[in-house]
Amino acid sequence: MELLSGAEMVMRALSDEGVEVVFGYPGGAVLHIYDALFQQDKVRHILVRHEQAAAHMADGYARACGRPGVVLATSGPGATNTITGIATAYMDSVPMVIITGNVASDLIGNDAFQETDMVGVSRPVVKHSFLIRSTEEIPSTIKKGFYIATTGRPGPVVIDIPKDKTDPNDKYPYYYPEAVKLRSYNPVARGHLGQIKKALEVLMNAKRPIFYSGGGIIRGQASEVFVEFARLVGCPVTSTLMGLGAYPGDDQQFLGMLGMHGTYEANMAMHYSDVVFCLGARLDDRVTNNTEKFCPNATLVHLDIDPTSIAKTVACDIPIVGPAKQVLTEMVALYLKSEKKIKQESLAAWWEQIQGWRSRDCLAYDKSDPVVIKPQSVVETLYEVTQGEAIVTSDVGQHQMFAALYYKYRHPLQWINSGGLGTMGFGFPAAMGALFACPDATVACVTGEGSIQMNIQELSTCLQWGLPVKIININNQALGMVKQWQDMQYGGRHSESTYKDSLPNFVKLAEAYGHLGRVVREASELREAMQWCFDQRDRLVFLDVYVDPHEHVYPMQIKGGSMRDMWLSKTERT
Amino acid sequence: MRRIISVLMENEAGALSRVVGLFSQRNYNIETLTVAPTEDATLSRLTLTTSGTEKVIEQITKQLNKLVEVIRVLDLTEGPHIERELMLAKVRASGAQRAEIKRTADIFRGQIVDVGANFYVVQLTGASDKLDAFIEAIGKTLILEVVRSGVSGVARGEKVLSL
Repeated sequence: MELLSGAEMVMRALSDEGVEVVFGYPGGAVLHIYDALFQQDKVRHILVRHEQAAAHMADGYARACGRPGVVLATSGPGATNTITGIATAYMDSVPMVIITGNVASDLIGNDAFQETDMVGVSRPVVKHSFLIRSTEEIPSTIKKGFYIATTGRPGPVVIDIPKDKTDPNDKYPYYYPEAVKLRSYNPVARGHLGQIKKALEVLMNAKRPIFYSGGGIIRGQASEVFVEFARLVGCPVTSTLMGLGAYPGDDQQFLGMLGMHGTYEANMAMHYSDVVFCLGARLDDRVTNNTEKFCPNATLVHLDIDPTSIAKTVACDIPIVGPAKQVLTEMVALYLKSEKKIKQESLAAWWEQIQGWRSRDCLAYDKSDPVVIKPQSVVETLYEVTQGEAIVTSDVGQHQMFAALYYKYRHPLQWINSGGLGTMGFGFPAAMGALFACPDATVACVTGEGSIQMNIQELSTCLQWGLPVKIININNQALGMVKQWQDMQYGGRHSESTYKDSLPNFVKLAEAYGHLGRVVREASELREAMQWCFDQRDRLVFLDVYVDPHEHVYPMQIKGGSMRDMWLSKTERT
Repeated sequence: MRRIISVLMENEAGALSRVVGLFSQRNYNIETLTVAPTEDATLSRLTLTTSGTEKVIEQITKQLNKLVEVIRVLDLTEGPHIERELMLAKVRASGAQRAEIKRTADIFRGQIVDVGANFYVVQLTGASDKLDAFIEAIGKTLILEVVRSGVSGVARGEKVLSL
C-alpha cells in the first residue's frame, strides 16, 4: 500500500471521492494540507476572500448540482468564520463537508494561538462532526463524512484535523474505502407500504385536496415523479420558498408559494382544503402562521425523510417516513393500478373556487408611475430577459420575496436562497458556487444594497476566476423588510434601517474590482439595461437598480391568524 | 409527565455532549442523567429522566434517534420497567438520634457504610421517590450532604435494548 502523510491523505481522499473543487482559505493549521494541495492537480481550489463566503459558495455549488460542497479552512477564526455558512446549509439540508485545521493535538485545550473548539462551536449546526485522533483514520473519516452529508436528510459535516496529524514527515498506508457502514446510522430507504396505501386512500376520498411541497422534493431528486403524480391526481400544488422549481411555476396547477408572503390563492386553498398532502416540507412558522388555526378542516398527510419534521409543529394524521422519490414512485404505481380515482365533480368544484381566488390577482402592483421603478418589475424584467431559464440566487429580505414570487421557476435546482436561516450575504457567494457547478449557466444574484454589502469582498474572487455573475441589486436605500415591519408594526419608526446618505457608488466599486457596473434609475431604461447586463456573457455585471423605497411585499399573513388572514396591500386585508 | 429514557450509543468522545447539547439547544429539560459503558466497551448506555407533554417527549425520542452516534432509544416509562437510583447521604447523628437514624435506614433497607462520632453515611438504593421519602423521614435539618447517581432503568420481561 502507498504511504502518504495526513495532508496527502486529505487531498487524495477528496479526489478519490470525486471532489472537483474545494472552496477555502489557507492559514497556519492547514499549511501542510495546502502544501499537499499545491502538489496535486486533481482537485481545484478556489481562494475566497472570507471563509464565510467559502461556506456559502460550497453551499451554492451543492444546491446547483446536487453534489456535496467542500470547504477548507484553518483553525480559530478561519473555522469560526464558516459557522454562519454551515448553519445556513444545516437549516436547508444541504450536503457539505467542511475540513478545518486545528492546533496540534498536544496544544488542544491550552488556549493556543488560533485555537477554537470547532467541534464544540459547530455542534448545534452540523449533521455530524469528527475530530481526527490518528492520521490513519483520515481516509475512512472523510468517507464517512461524505456518506453522512449526502444520505438521508442531507446536511453539513465538519472534520477537524489537528496540525500534527497532517505532518508531511509521518507517512502511513493509504486506503480509501469504497463504502462505509455505520451501525448507528441507517437512513430510511423505503416508506412504509401500509402508510403509503392509507395516504392514497385519503387522497382519493378528498374533495378539496392540495399538495404542499418543500425543499425535500428538490433535495430528494423527486421533482419528476412529483410532477407526474400531481398531474395524475389533477389537484392544486403550492410550494414553500425552499421548494420552488420542483413543480413548474408557470403551470396551471401551480398556485404559487404559500405562507407568510404566499399568494392569496395558495393560502386560501390551504385554509379551506380537506386534505393537505405535505411533501418534504416541515410546516415551519413561516408557513403555518398560528398552528392552532392552521387548516382547520384538513386531514394532514405528511411525507418526510426526517421523522423529527413530522408532528413537530402540527399534529399529523398520516405520517410517511421515507425518501420522497421512492414513496412517490410507489404512489404513482399504486394509483395507476387502482380502480378508485378522485371524484372529478368535487375536484372541478374545488378548482372553480380556486379560480375565484386566483382572479383576485394578488401579485398585481401599481404600474402607473412612468419613472419610479417598482422592485417587482425588476424581477419580472429579469424573468423575461433570461427567458425564465437563469439560476437565480437571492439574499434575504424584500428582494428575496419578490424574486420568489415574480420569477416563475420551472426546474428544481434553479432557485437558490437561504430559506431556513435567512442569511444576508448568502446570495452572491452562492451564485459563484453555482457557476462552478454549472459553468455554462446564466446565474443571476437578486440582492439588495444591504445584503450585498455583507460579502461584497468576493468581487475580488470573481475577478480571479472570471466568474460572470449578474448582480441585480434592488436598491431601495434601506433594509427594506425591516422597514416594512417597522411601517406595519412600529408606527413607522425606522430604527436603524436606513443609510441613504452613506451608500457606496456600486458602479465604481464594481469597476474598482475590474468588473462592469451600471446604475438604473428610471423605469424606461430598465428593460434595455437588463438586456445589456445579460449580453455581457463573460463579465460580471453589477446592475444597481434604484427602486421605489416605499414598496412593501404583499400578500403578508397577519401574525397570530390562520393561513387565510392576510394583508393584500397597505390598505386591504382579507 | 416524568419519563425515563434509555439510550444505547457509541462509546465515543463527544457523543455525550451531543446528547446534552440537544437538550439545551431545543429547550428540553434533563432532570437526571447517568451514563457508563456497557459489557461491550464500544457501547455506552445512557439513562435520563425528563418531563414534558406527549408532543415534547415524542420530539425528544425522535431527536435522540436522529443523532448519528445513537443506536437505539427506548422510553422505559411506556411499559413495565425497573427503576433504580443510588443515594449516599451523610447524616448528622449524635446522641439519641443515632439509634433513630439507624432504625429509619433499616426501614428503607439502607446500609450504613461509614460511621463517625457525629455522623453516618447511609447508602440507599431504590426508585427516586423512595430516596425522596428517606430524606423526608430523616428531616432536612439532619442531612449534611446528599449524592444521588441519577436514575438507571431496565424494561421488565424479555424486552432488551441492544444492537
